[in-house]
Amino acid sequence: MAYGPKVIDHFNNPRNVGSFEKGDLTVGTGVVGAPECGDVMKLQLKINTDNIIEDAKFKTFGCGSAIASSSLATEWVKGKSVDEALQIKNTDIVNELSLPPVKIHCSVLAEDAIKAAIEDYKKKQRIS
Amino acid sequence: MKLPIYLDNNSTTQVDPRVLEAMMPFLTEKFGNAASRSHAFGWETEEAVEKSRVSIAKLIGANPKEIVFTSGATESINIALKGAAEMYVEKGNHIITAETEHKATLDSAKYLEQHGCTVTYLPVDKNGAVTAEQVKAALTDKTILISLMHANNEVGTVHPIAAIGKIAKEAGVLFHVDAAQTTGKIPINVETMGIDILSISAHKMYGPKGVGGLYVRRSNPRVRLSPVVHGGGHERGFRSGTLNVPGIVGFGTAAEICLNEMAADAVRLTTLRDRLHKGLSAQLDEIFLNGDPIQRLPNNLNISFAFVEGEAMMMGLQEVAVSSGSACTSASLEPSYVLKAMGIGEELAHTSIRFGLGRFTTEEEIDFVIQKVVAVVLKLRDMSPLYEMAKEGIDLKSVQWTAH
Repeated sequence: MAYGPKVIDHFNNPRNVGSFEKGDLTVGTGVVGAPECGDVMKLQLKINTDNIIEDAKFKTFGCGSAIASSSLATEWVKGKSVDEALQIKNTDIVNELSLPPVKIHCSVLAEDAIKAAIEDYKKKQRIS
Repeated sequence: MKLPIYLDNNSTTQVDPRVLEAMMPFLTEKFGNAASRSHAFGWETEEAVEKSRVSIAKLIGANPKEIVFTSGATESINIALKGAAEMYVEKGNHIITAETEHKATLDSAKYLEQHGCTVTYLPVDKNGAVTAEQVKAALTDKTILISLMHANNEVGTVHPIAAIGKIAKEAGVLFHVDAAQTTGKIPINVETMGIDILSISAHKMYGPKGVGGLYVRRSNPRVRLSPVVHGGGHERGFRSGTLNVPGIVGFGTAAEICLNEMAADAVRLTTLRDRLHKGLSAQLDEIFLNGDPIQRLPNNLNISFAFVEGEAMMMGLQEVAVSSGSACTSASLEPSYVLKAMGIGEELAHTSIRFGLGRFTTEEEIDFVIQKVVAVVLKLRDMSPLYEMAKEGIDLKSVQWTAH
């Protein structure tokens, strides 16, 4: 499979790889995908009291396109409000990275990861 | 050392320079049709074709008259299965094969199922092998053919061919062996192994692409196969079509070289293969060998690198050409059916990499590959949520995943 230059760039120089401290109530974590399917994405968003995403980190098990999609997602959400982040569509990721049709599910996973992380953050806020 | 390094020799091999040299005259001034009996152009190419037939026969312990030239192993396998099913339709309609066979066999078998045959697909053990006992138990009074590969193309496991050949003989059932991965790599003898039909590919043994062979036994029993390609009655009617003379000359030369160098090559490749395996095992945890550790091809190493997806691995290994059982590398989005049949979980199948060594692989290349693979695996594990979870002691099997 031939990869687009942006996928290669994100794969070789992934942005924001890592994890935040466990138990931080300002961090929402989204884990989507399954090992049997060949991709699992973990996206973490650090959100401040103004509902702005201050920082983001990811870890991904998956192909180059899955890694690039999650790396791009962390770049995009940083500095955005929670509502703005929820507007990010998988098709935006497909276009930005020029993903071929067989890799569209990678972008879907990234969109799902953002939503799951925000959901997790909201849940934590309600409980505390 | 030249980059990239080619370690995908179970897929295809580089044409040996000696093979190319032998072929060149037949791509230039010696262009005659080997079937032209009326002039010298035809005589010289016919002579060259017959010389190749002798070399190939010698490599597998056969009589030259038993070798039929085809376009490759896929065609040979098609003739073996479809030709036997049609020819022996009055004797029976049952075929025995295995779940891990090449698609050429599986798809031919599926085609035959749509045309009145019944097929038993034997399951394999965790190392990818079937036993002679399994074959024996699957025989019925309608069985006409047993078709198995000598060694598996993905995981390198070698089947107990001689033991299965004995069972086929006792039962009076024809035995076809797909030897695409083994011809010229490990010893084959159609007599001592009880093989009736054998499929060979030239390009897996340092010959050219587009040419292969089919061994068809002429006595004890005399095997008859209906042709798949009809026409001028070439190759004793088994396979019509003007002979690919340059290809056949290359195939024959490749066979000659293998006959002389196979033993030494196998020792050298086994040493390099084990060096690669040990080098990786010494520096990486959670890696698993796929296939039989002992009964395996000298040139194949298939490893699952847990928590690292295969396609991402290959993307990181830009300087090394390998292949993977990961779904992402196939059009079907399903991981390797061979690994699946061996009972290897899909999560590990996605992390498998096949290293295929060859005649031109050097120790320097292997050492470079070890270093590269270790670096890529460490980098990708560092960004793998699964590796992180496993290190935290979380049982990945107990996690509720959101499958998509």
